[in-house]
Amino acid sequence: MNSFLELATKRLGSPHRTSGPHTTFPSGPTSEQANTEPDSGTVSTLNQPAVDGTESPSQEGPLMAARGLSKSYWKGKHEISVLHDVDFEVQRNEFVSIIGQSGSGKSTLLHVLGTLDALDAGEIHFDGNRIDVLSTSQRDKLRNQQFGMVFQFYHLLPEVTTLENVLMPIMIAEGVFGYWRRKREYVERAKNLLEMVGLSHRLEHRPRELSGGEMQRAAIARSLIAQPRLLLADEPTGNLDRKNGEEVMQILRTLNVEQNLTIVMVTHDAGIAAQADRTVRLFEGRVQLA
Amino acid sequence: MYKMLLSWRYLRTRFIALASIISVTLGVATLIVVNSVMAGFTREMNDRLHGILSDIVFESGLDGFPDAEWHMDQIRQEIGDDIEGMTAVVHVPALIRIMIRGEYHTRQINLIGVNKETYANVSHFGEYLQHPENRKQLSFLLRENGYAPEKKDFPPSGWQHRRMRMAFDEAFDQSSQPVPAPGPVVADAQSASTTIAPPDDPAIPMDPYGTGAGAQAMVFDPSKEQHTGIVVGIALCTVRARDAEGDVHDYYLCRPGDDVEVIFPTAGESMKPANSFFTVVDFYESQMSEYDSSFAFVPLETLQELRGMIDPATGVSHVSSIQIKLKPGADLNAARDKLRARFPQDRYPYRIDTWRDMQGPLLAAVRMETTILNILLFLIIAVAGFGILATFFMIVVEKTRDIGILKALGAPSTGVMSIFLSYGVSLGVVGSGVGMFLGLLFVWNINTIAAGLEWVTGQEVFDPTVYYFQNIPVQINPFTIAWVTAGAVVIAILASVLPAIRAARLHPVEALRYE
Repeated sequence: MNSFLELATKRLGSPHRTSGPHTTFPSGPTSEQANTEPDSGTVSTLNQPAVDGTESPSQEGPLMAARGLSKSYWKGKHEISVLHDVDFEVQRNEFVSIIGQSGSGKSTLLHVLGTLDALDAGEIHFDGNRIDVLSTSQRDKLRNQQFGMVFQFYHLLPEVTTLENVLMPIMIAEGVFGYWRRKREYVERAKNLLEMVGLSHRLEHRPRELSGGEMQRAAIARSLIAQPRLLLADEPTGNLDRKNGEEVMQILRTLNVEQNLTIVMVTHDAGIAAQADRTVRLFEGRVQLA
Repeated sequence: MYKMLLSWRYLRTRFIALASIISVTLGVATLIVVNSVMAGFTREMNDRLHGILSDIVFESGLDGFPDAEWHMDQIRQEIGDDIEGMTAVVHVPALIRIMIRGEYHTRQINLIGVNKETYANVSHFGEYLQHPENRKQLSFLLRENGYAPEKKDFPPSGWQHRRMRMAFDEAFDQSSQPVPAPGPVVADAQSASTTIAPPDDPAIPMDPYGTGAGAQAMVFDPSKEQHTGIVVGIALCTVRARDAEGDVHDYYLCRPGDDVEVIFPTAGESMKPANSFFTVVDFYESQMSEYDSSFAFVPLETLQELRGMIDPATGVSHVSSIQIKLKPGADLNAARDKLRARFPQDRYPYRIDTWRDMQGPLLAAVRMETTILNILLFLIIAVAGFGILATFFMIVVEKTRDIGILKALGAPSTGVMSIFLSYGVSLGVVGSGVGMFLGLLFVWNINTIAAGLEWVTGQEVFDPTVYYFQNIPVQINPFTIAWVTAGAVVIAILASVLPAIRAARLHPVEALRYE
């Protein structure tokens, strides 16, 4: 059975992965103990059974496929349609950018894809499984272990250090004992990530002591700590100056090319968007064919 | 893991929440202090009320009932297993006259005839005496000296004092005797007396009825002999007042070794006042002013004899009450009920009460006072709880974006909720823990604090002339403290539940957009 929870469980430091962005990071023994409370309700809630019978992540088809996505908000008595019948696909190891003006629904699309927001209509498949119908706790787990997220305003927690911010998804995933048992390994992994984004001198600093570019790089490190299969970036350069923006883009491109990380990036800047493999243009909640 | 980390960080960086918890701290501290002092007062009062009253009092009127032995046997048959001590007592209202500087000072007392062997077994009577030997075993004989070793302004007493005083009186009498008059005056006197009695008449004998030799042997020599002993309540013989500096002093009107006169009614068909002299042999100080200013104890047999309570034909004596002390842990009310059943009210004129029955209204008043104070103070803690509620809502609003971030990173709602719950729990624990510590500190040093307050305000917090205690009594009851502390923690938790639920329900996208 290729159920999501099993899959989610295996992602964290799983040694038998054949592809993905993790080959450069040390991976220890499986952390199944910490994450696998067997959930009997899991399989039945998945609309679509596994395509093939293998236990490893399927290598066939797009990593993420969304069909007929619609979403609207109610503002008083007026219904504002944000997404209107959007179809969207991300291939494995692809770097896709979604470009559109303010209010075109691109951020909402990203939130919906990242299971942060609910849909009015349509369905989303991730690695062949439908994810828009998962229960809240299953979606929490999916976000925690399969998706990495980077935001325009960095969204680091102000009360904890850079290192602890990077470790936060692991802390959420693991219980107290699970975390303490493998703390050294996790800290090592976080330090490697921070070194990769050039922040090894900022481990014990609070976010407010960092510059904007540093905060965004720390946020990228955080999004990678759980070894996700998909990175969702919401205007990662939107709040940065040109130099820092380029640095961030450099990191994203490197991740995509060297570690085969699948990236979906939202931006309003055509220059930034052009650095991706493929660009999807969104206009007033509809996909415009470029 | 992140829950502990974050609630710890919030705790360290949000001092506003600590400010809100101060009200809990103060409430807890006040509750502990008030409860300890009230418990101390209650204990002290119980001790004192109980100290003079035995567990069960079996009494009839002033004239008493005959044959205490038979009654005691009956009582033993009923509740013999529970009895630790039993004694017969005669009590009667009386007057005491104390000679002070040549004038009689008369006061109303409650004269109690006690058996010196058994009376101390039924109450704390012995503990309240001044002479260390009398505390061990009461004696109605005057002691040489050594009264009240712990009282620094207790005057010299006992035989020492008595001899000194008699010597002084004698010397005073001699010095104030008229000097032999010169001749003419004598002549005048003689001439004046001639009209009354002829000078050659033989001298009138001192004792017209007795023989001269017998009279000599009956003379009472106060410096070597004493009257029957009496133990007097200390407030009957002292005046407690302040000196010019405001310090409280006891002034002694009489002291062990002095003689007093007691007037009391006799028993029997024709009641008459009788009087007798007694020698004060000790003071009784229970620190209950009501008792200390009204009780005087004399030997049971002496009082029975003086009041005519012993039947001359049969030798059976009357007593007015039997006091019973039960073994520790015995059921007071059950024992009382058994005795009431044995001596039903419609056939026997006896009142059978426990000491609690006799002091019931007073004890009930104190209990009610404690309860009301507790309710009021707990309301204060409840008010503090609302303060915490408001502060926590504020913190949740302030942390909305953090909550959004955590949810975006995959933290479940329960996890977000438990961050704020554990935040509330730790604040509650810290607040009530500090409150408990402060309260206990206050209770342990309450007399020092009272002294300090007196010094600062110039007003006396605790007036020893009123209460008859030297110190504010306190009693720390671990159960009360645990209850108060736990209650405050529960209130802090309850106050953090609502904000925590609100935090858990925040929508991640909206929370992330929150500025």
